[in-house]
Amino acid sequence: MSKKKVLYYVNQFFGQIGGEDQAGIPPEFHEKGIGAAAAFAGGVKENADLVGTVICGDNYFNENNEEALAFLEDLNSKHDIDLVVAGPAFNAGRYGVACAGVAEFFNEKGIPVLSGMYIENPGLDVARKNAYVIETSDSAAGMREALPQLIKLGNKVLIGEELSPEEDGYLSQGRRLTEITDKIGAERAVDMLMKRLKDEEFETELPMPEFDQVEAAAQIQDLSKATIALVTTGGLVPQGNPDHLQSASAQKWVKYDVSETDALGQDYYTVHGGYDPVYANENPDRIAPLDMLKKMEKEGKIGKVYDFFYSTTGTGTAVDSSEQFGREIGAELAEVGVDGVILTST
Amino acid sequence: MRLELQNVKIDDIVFGDETTVEGSQLILDKESIITELKEVAGVKDIDIDIALPGEKKRIIPVKDVIEPRVKVSGGQGGFPGVLDDIEQTGSGEVKVLDGVAIVTIGDIVGFQEGIIDMWGEGAKWTPFSQTCNIVVNITPEDDLQPHEHEAAVRRLGLTASNLIGEAARDAAHQETEVYEMGYPDEETQKYPDLPKVVYVEMLISQGLLHDGYIYGTNSGQILPTYLHANEELDQAVISGNCVAACDKITTYQHQNNAVVKELYKLHGKEINFAGIVLAPELTTMDGKLINTDYTAKLCKQLGADGAIISEEGYGNPDSDLVMICEALETDGIKTVLITDECSGWEGTSQPLTDAKEEAVAVISTGNVSHVVELDAADEVLGDPHAVANIAGGWEGAYNEATGQIKCELNAVIGSTSEIGTHNATVKLY
Repeated sequence: MSKKKVLYYVNQFFGQIGGEDQAGIPPEFHEKGIGAAAAFAGGVKENADLVGTVICGDNYFNENNEEALAFLEDLNSKHDIDLVVAGPAFNAGRYGVACAGVAEFFNEKGIPVLSGMYIENPGLDVARKNAYVIETSDSAAGMREALPQLIKLGNKVLIGEELSPEEDGYLSQGRRLTEITDKIGAERAVDMLMKRLKDEEFETELPMPEFDQVEAAAQIQDLSKATIALVTTGGLVPQGNPDHLQSASAQKWVKYDVSETDALGQDYYTVHGGYDPVYANENPDRIAPLDMLKKMEKEGKIGKVYDFFYSTTGTGTAVDSSEQFGREIGAELAEVGVDGVILTST
Repeated sequence: MRLELQNVKIDDIVFGDETTVEGSQLILDKESIITELKEVAGVKDIDIDIALPGEKKRIIPVKDVIEPRVKVSGGQGGFPGVLDDIEQTGSGEVKVLDGVAIVTIGDIVGFQEGIIDMWGEGAKWTPFSQTCNIVVNITPEDDLQPHEHEAAVRRLGLTASNLIGEAARDAAHQETEVYEMGYPDEETQKYPDLPKVVYVEMLISQGLLHDGYIYGTNSGQILPTYLHANEELDQAVISGNCVAACDKITTYQHQNNAVVKELYKLHGKEINFAGIVLAPELTTMDGKLINTDYTAKLCKQLGADGAIISEEGYGNPDSDLVMICEALETDGIKTVLITDECSGWEGTSQPLTDAKEEAVAVISTGNVSHVVELDAADEVLGDPHAVANIAGGWEGAYNEATGQIKCELNAVIGSTSEIGTHNATVKLY
């Protein structure tokens, strides 16, 4: 088996080119280890060879992102890289953001990335989702501690060992994975309650998520001139479910032209798996009231019902997916000048 | 109140001329059972199959799972208020066909039934791969409305439990589980220094086929109510749910409520287990508010120091879960919550739809959207195409050419049980 290949990414400072005055330099590739790259290469030499070091100015990476990524793309196609190390960036903000960009680029290709950052580095949020990021001190003085950790992690990744944040000392990537454990849930619950009652330390299995607050849009001043769109999470689709909308845990949203009809009526039915569909299927407009909106349009109470009706399934659908659907549908409606939305849930 | 569950251990089931137990084998007189079960209103036809642990069999779409039992002393037994006369449960001697489960199958409303695999990857995710299953496939009479169909299947499963449970009456039992506990004042006199723990069990009570039943009373039509722990272990609570398979509480799971059994183990030793508050999960805001207040009040009246709160379902009732938690913690009652998560296929999404900072101690029983790949079965009991419509499945989830199924845990019965019946959990990576 041929040895694996590692690429190391650093900025102008750690690439020993210069300080802030060199932050605009375009990427350059050196077929050797420079600075930390050399030390890292030595630490993983049993499992991999260093392809070389990329040095890129922080400002250049962030201001000429496309060109910088094209440079990486070219390197990757030539060298067939197995592992990328970017940083550590400590508390250097622009370097951190650049490392995050490098991580995102390679992660999308399925190539693992290592990095290191101070916990407040602005690049961390994106980097940790795309790389194994170790926590470092806030200055380059922490290199001596960071490098051995990166080497250890790198060797594990190179030989394909399974990793976990606790055991391998990287910051969690926010992936909540389901596993089988020794004790059933009820036993774990009673154990945890006993710890609480004895005032002993305990660790929750599910830290509470934090919620975004969404500011309400400005009020519509004159409904009689407004275009209103109808959107539902009630799983309504045309008979036969032509786009295969899921009955739970939706992976998509769908839209249908309703410009020529006065009601959803019996052309539609629900595929939603979270409620008894009897009353919905008797009259789908109970879930998404196109009939009433069209009536109001005729009466001049609202200006126009938008030509397309949007639908997805709410039950069990991940909040991430819901946010994505919301942004996509919202952008589309804003683009065509829709003023307001009736959004119905079940 | 003293309940003895006398376990007749069964590890094999065969068809024969008479329904009886021989050693650890249950013999079923298939034709007689079918004849009797056909008497249940709304049932047109019935078939019965057997699925044993390790066999390459897939059962789909599963509606409910019930443990067959018979009460041999201390009361009439059965399912009071549902099939049988009203009687308070929780006392007496009950013979249990331990290791056996009745599994009712049949497409009801399309989206809300589940899968049991008896072998391989699928078996890992459901507790009902470990039971010897009597699979009752029901064809309803023509033109039944879905709610009539649900009622017919529900009653049929319970009838089958009573009927087959009779086989245990004269059989020797190898194990006895004793559940004995007085009323709260007696227990408090016995154990004045032990912390009192209440189990708050939430039940989906949203109407329209999302109902639980307590002595036959629809849980959607009650305020939170108080049960002696023995009542639930003795068939007072049953499932009437057509809802996502992974975390609905089947009747079997009520009969063997894992939280009740775990708390019982510590009763009189480390805790004073003060009983069960059944809290309906309603969809209206007023319903959530009154049930939260009322649950907290019942826990306070019982003098609770701690509580375990278990959810049924996900999404909407996440609110009820954290609201009850907030109310109890505010009253100084320490809580542990049991819930599952909807964190998407990759596990990267926010896991709950509602949150409170008071919820500091939470058991996670798995991500309902975790995707599993199930190998082809040698035999499918039911219809594998049903997965297209089951919550957690989709069009194309069943590969007709290979016989494999790819679906979410959502579709696997009991996989993320929020009363902690199974072993799944979530770890952060």
